[in-house]
Amino acid sequence: MNPVRVLKPLRLLRDTQINMSHGSGGKAMRDLIQDVFVGAFDNPLLARLEDQAVIPLAELACYGDRLAFTTDTYVVDPLFFPGGDIGTLAVAGTVNDLAVSGARPLFLSCSMVIEEGLPVELLRRVVASMQATAAAAGVMIVTGDTKVVERGAADKLFINTAGIGVVRAGVNIAAANARIGDVIIVSGHLGDHGAAILVARNELALETSVESDCCPLNGLIDAILDVCPAVRSLRDATRGGAATVLNEFAQSSGLAMRIREAALPVREEVKGACEILGLDPLYLANEGKLVAIVPREAADSVLAAMRAHPVGGRAALIGEVCASPAGMVVMETSFGGSRIVDMLVGEQLPRIC
Amino acid sequence: MKYVDEFRDPEKARTLLAEIAVLVKSTSRVRNRPLQIMEVCGGHTHSIFRYGIQQMLPPEVEFVHGPGCPVCVLPMGRVDDCVALAERPEVIFTTFGDAMRVPGSKKSLLKAKADGADVHMVYSPLDALKLARENPDREVIFFGLGFETTMPSTAFTLLQAKAEGTKNFSLFCNHITIIPTIKAILDSPDLQIDGFLGPGHVSMVIGTRPYDFIAAHYGKPITVAGFEPLDVLHALWMVIKQIAEGRAEVENQYSRIVPRDGNAAALEAVQEVYEPREFFEWRGLGSIDHSGVKIREAYAAFDAERKFLVKTVSIADATSCQCGEVLKGVIKPQACKVFGTACTPETPLGALMVSSEGACAAYYNYGRIDISGLKRQTDAVVA
Ligand code: SF4
Repeated sequence: MNPVRVLKPLRLLRDTQINMSHGSGGKAMRDLIQDVFVGAFDNPLLARLEDQAVIPLAELACYGDRLAFTTDTYVVDPLFFPGGDIGTLAVAGTVNDLAVSGARPLFLSCSMVIEEGLPVELLRRVVASMQATAAAAGVMIVTGDTKVVERGAADKLFINTAGIGVVRAGVNIAAANARIGDVIIVSGHLGDHGAAILVARNELALETSVESDCCPLNGLIDAILDVCPAVRSLRDATRGGAATVLNEFAQSSGLAMRIREAALPVREEVKGACEILGLDPLYLANEGKLVAIVPREAADSVLAAMRAHPVGGRAALIGEVCASPAGMVVMETSFGGSRIVDMLVGEQLPRIC
Repeated sequence: MKYVDEFRDPEKARTLLAEIAVLVKSTSRVRNRPLQIMEVCGGHTHSIFRYGIQQMLPPEVEFVHGPGCPVCVLPMGRVDDCVALAERPEVIFTTFGDAMRVPGSKKSLLKAKADGADVHMVYSPLDALKLARENPDREVIFFGLGFETTMPSTAFTLLQAKAEGTKNFSLFCNHITIIPTIKAILDSPDLQIDGFLGPGHVSMVIGTRPYDFIAAHYGKPITVAGFEPLDVLHALWMVIKQIAEGRAEVENQYSRIVPRDGNAAALEAVQEVYEPREFFEWRGLGSIDHSGVKIREAYAAFDAERKFLVKTVSIADATSCQCGEVLKGVIKPQACKVFGTACTPETPLGALMVSSEGACAAYYNYGRIDISGLKRQTDAVVA
């Protein structure tokens, strides 16, 4: 064992709350970074503490032939919710944005905007979640930035993560690639994250145990690509839910997405909460679900591979790609009728009666 | 949720649809136009679109989407009042979610919030009262709207506020009542409606007795209906059966929830707190006598209209809007000159485009192209 690696940074930071000096560039900031971030993210690229992470190209090139690069900023209220927290989201979300291109996610950056007054302990918990999620996804957080803003200028904590990954050679995934006859598959229960956040905000007297589905999907996507490198389209169904992804597929490909309501996997408790609030689970956010379009011949093997993976157990075939109505999503309702599933205008707002 | 599944059984739907088709045939001998059935309530409009019920019906049956979305019929002047109240610095303005997007003459509540007004979305008027307790130095106003469905809960909230001696809570009362509205529709000279689906939630409060005049004086059948898709189909079957048999009665499909005489405790609270307004303006329909309620003198301390200067200016709807004709069933939403062009859910000109229960928004979101022929193909391809 290398004795140097065992020596984690000491608890340098004595403060219990973040204050403006932690963003000042001075010693307080250096202590915060050393103690909270370098300590937790624990990797040699970050530990150099340069202004950039320098990554040998050879290390990237062995995974594929194209670089994938993405960024996203995470703001969520509350910061902690059943099934995850803003840290889990910030890592899983960026990992997933890379993975749905067929890329192997490798390195992440982490940029924090912290509101003055945030308890240091809370920050430590978030950072621990980030590291746990990064470890689960097999990625490293190799560079970062910290800003502290005055009380009221931000809501507790905002996190931006950017990520790079490498796309497998031969894989070509795009929303426009769907073809008539392809099938549409979702990786599991829809709407869990959106429902968990609604419940966690505690605005409703709802007693449900639903947890966010927040998790990295790169393992599941690897499993899909292993059996079907010809996957046409892949997207994680985050804000706007599965309905929005399907509309994006329909618009990009100019084809119709036809789905069956009865085939949609939705938990009973999520359905129940939606009934009460007049919301539609198809539009609720997910943080660990994807929608895939694959050639019909591959449907069975893809479904089997997904169901064998821990986060794809409830994968389901929900519909297929057709010629008309071009650019639209049509759903056969569980009641036997049919209707258009459109893009949402603004936020879903609960109905009054 | 098993209870709900029972009301969504496609097998039962097929049986009902077959029977409806037979009944419609037997009535068509005396008619040369489709049967027009008005669902008064926005909740029914929502179910009809959400489950694709219109596409399942024979073409000789058409729904006319009535005035039953309280958000849609709110006149622009009243929305302006809301914005003016919300923009007072001492006020926390609370409202149900879907009222936030209704356009006023200058802005919606959502826009007012973005501009800095303290607008909170709540799920019940009791949440607003709670907010008042937690913010004793602010004035919390609850935007009360809706038919008899939501009237009792705001009444109970005022009763509780009075009992607690709350000083910083008031109601901006925009509640409306269903009976004068149905009467106004029945009196409309271009009326083409053959029968009604009565509102389920409203009837839970008022019972079915108040509808007797519809059958007795106007000779139109009405069936009070629940909101599950089978409820809607079943009630539709009951209304068409009445038409086929030449009857006009008040029937109750939703008897598991709706008693003939309504809910005594709720009605009592409503009586205690509100009295009819002489008239109330509806978007698209104009002013209807006694169609709104206001807060009684005894509860004046909780009346936002008395506490603050609310100067409701009547603002004419844009001339291109044909909301009134849609509401009365004279034209279908797509026939409106601006439907889907100048008027869309992103840029609603009329209120019917605002709430998901509004007929125009529902047509736009769920039914703006004819998808009836597509169903069989989906059947064939989805395993
Ligand atoms: S399309 Fe717009 S203006 Fe026309 S009736 Fe509908 S809501 Fe009113």
